[in-house]
Amino acid sequence: MRTLLGSLAAVVVLTAVFGFVYPAVMTGFAQATFPGKANGSIVTVGGVPVGSSLAAQAFSGPEYFHPRPSAVDFDAAGTSFANLGPTNPNLARDVRKRARAILALERPYDPGLRIGDIPVDAVTTSGSGIDPDISPAYARLQAARVAEVRGLPLERVMTLIGDATDGRSLGFLGEPGVNVLELNLSLDGTSPR
Amino acid sequence: MSGSGIGQIVFYAVVLVVLAYPLGRYMAWVYSDGFRVPRWVGLPERGFYRIVGTTPARGQDWKAYAKTALVFMAAFAVLLYLLLRLQGGLPLNPADLPGVAAHIAMNTTASFVSNTNWQYYGGETTMSYLSQMAGLAVQNFVSAAIGMAVLAAFVRGLARRSTSELGNFWVDLYRSLVYILLPLAVVLAVVLVSQGVVQTFSGPETVTTLEGGHQTIARGPVASQVAIKQLGTNGGGFYNSNSAVPFENPNGLTNFLEMLSILLIPAAQVFMFGRMVGMRRQAWPIFAAMFAMLAVGVAIAYPSEQHGSQVLRASGVDLTQSTGSSGGNMADKEVRFGIANTALWATATSDASNGSVNGGHDAFTASGGAVPIVNIFTGEVIFGGVGSGLYGMFFYVFIAVFIAGLMVGRTPEYLGKKIEAREIKLAAVGALFVPTMVLVLTAISVVTASGLESIFNNKPHGFSEALYAYDSQANNNGSAFAGYGATDFSALLGTVALWLGRLVPMVAALAVAGSLALKRPVPASAGTFRTDGATFSILLVGVVVLTAGLMIFPALTLGPIVEALL
Repeated sequence: MRTLLGSLAAVVVLTAVFGFVYPAVMTGFAQATFPGKANGSIVTVGGVPVGSSLAAQAFSGPEYFHPRPSAVDFDAAGTSFANLGPTNPNLARDVRKRARAILALERPYDPGLRIGDIPVDAVTTSGSGIDPDISPAYARLQAARVAEVRGLPLERVMTLIGDATDGRSLGFLGEPGVNVLELNLSLDGTSPR
Repeated sequence: MSGSGIGQIVFYAVVLVVLAYPLGRYMAWVYSDGFRVPRWVGLPERGFYRIVGTTPARGQDWKAYAKTALVFMAAFAVLLYLLLRLQGGLPLNPADLPGVAAHIAMNTTASFVSNTNWQYYGGETTMSYLSQMAGLAVQNFVSAAIGMAVLAAFVRGLARRSTSELGNFWVDLYRSLVYILLPLAVVLAVVLVSQGVVQTFSGPETVTTLEGGHQTIARGPVASQVAIKQLGTNGGGFYNSNSAVPFENPNGLTNFLEMLSILLIPAAQVFMFGRMVGMRRQAWPIFAAMFAMLAVGVAIAYPSEQHGSQVLRASGVDLTQSTGSSGGNMADKEVRFGIANTALWATATSDASNGSVNGGHDAFTASGGAVPIVNIFTGEVIFGGVGSGLYGMFFYVFIAVFIAGLMVGRTPEYLGKKIEAREIKLAAVGALFVPTMVLVLTAISVVTASGLESIFNNKPHGFSEALYAYDSQANNNGSAFAGYGATDFSALLGTVALWLGRLVPMVAALAVAGSLALKRPVPASAGTFRTDGATFSILLVGVVVLTAGLMIFPALTLGPIVEALL
């Protein structure tokens, strides 16, 4: 009985401290020091929020760089893996379909493109469904199309890709990636649609 | 594989050892009688002891210690279950989510109180902010602290002589929470926020995208929860995709720190043990055994994932690793982590009973996915859960000492204490109960129609999903082949696995500690089998591999091994 009463008291006290005080203090700190990041790294254009630099959004127009496939249609409020195993025929079907779509989209601007030129991240779902990055290789593959549709020199587009590339943290942790939303925003700034 | 990838893995290992050693020393001090803090720091501690009605100087024997822990867990379980069921009518629910369904709430309660964090739900679509922070994140602290407290009591059983007292549960709990977990969590949360992890009470933000569509971005008090989910070997993500989601894990640095946090405390506890028993040399063979098994896991997972899956290799797309692409099996992985960091995370999170993921394990190659299955099946003793990992490893230590004793024909001893029938029986229960349960529950789940409903993938991979599900829940890991779905049946089966998997080894460990504490050490002689050298380390790895390996091998042949041959 004593143990039970003590336990109940501990439940109340620990819930108060670790369930309310701790997250509240951390939130207060976060909002005071890094409000932009703490609220989801929301990107605005002319004061209007258009997305988050940490979440891919759907792009299908030829004037934009396209993100990786998403198992949840870029739902940043319902993230998920695709969960298709390494021998799943549905994975084979999806990958084939995506590769064909990429070839159909890019070949008019890059006639020599073959399936073997498509980097694997372009045809696989990401872990989060909102991977904000594509590999530099996939960005370069899309550069010819975007340059031609927008009437920009290819070198200019390549430079913008370089600017939107996040290198490894501290120079050695993680892998480099090209932030698709940032890249497309800089394109819109360079040559409005 | 790349030089950069291997370099990052080696760097991780070095930093882990360098930080674990001093932290272990600090923790040994925190749990010691000589621990002193300034008066103002100790004020809430004394208040806590008054509120729970304990006299901190009074120790408990193993039964009282276990009883206190169990009653405390039960009290928290009732609260958590009610909170989840009733969240719809409670405050801090900006996304207006309804109460959690009964079978999910039951499974989730067992899952979080047992330090597992198996999730039959998607966080951002199921849990209100109140449930996340006042329910689940509190358990992330408390369930971890319970494991740490039990380990402290266990090690005292090894260190003490001729006494029945193992320490005071409330003291060990408070000190684990306030002097170890909280400071580390605050530091990690601050760094995570500075790198872009979300921390807000504001509700979801809906934006109009550049192409005119709408996107809703789920937010919440994320960083504070991610910090403790990584440090306390919990693993339950705020978001469904866990640390693959950029809002939980935005870049290479946060990924490194979150991954480091997975193994930091479990690794430090090995050194803590050495200090607490006053024989620091005894820690190294155990540490080396764990480290070797960690290294083997990475050495299998990384090349397997870099090689790529059958489907991807047959597709004709470019899987080669280059400066512009990670290559390999990128299915359900994130570009900013690539292959090396996802393979390393998967190994670390399954060595520890953490279970957080930064990529989808279900999409791993057959051999890459077998690594977490086997790691978990060892009983989470390759560093393992905070507290539970090391006391789990001691079951194997006693079995190893026992086998060595049989070989040389002497009564086995460990740290000068005779390991006798009672200890070996309890160690056998501790080591074998959970893996046996995994096999039984997996079997039930694949021969019943209700069990089969949960399987998502085809053929052998579907079997692997079921095996992973009960492996993970029974060993309190929490990661998944996430295609495996929640039904009333699988939630119930899982709940059984979660509770028994936590409680049976925990009580067995305390019982062993209780009987060891009563013993008087005998002086070492020429015939004593030494447990502080490389021989013992190798023997220990052998015992783990033989025990767990032989039990899981038949199941592996039905799942990953067949799939690898497809």
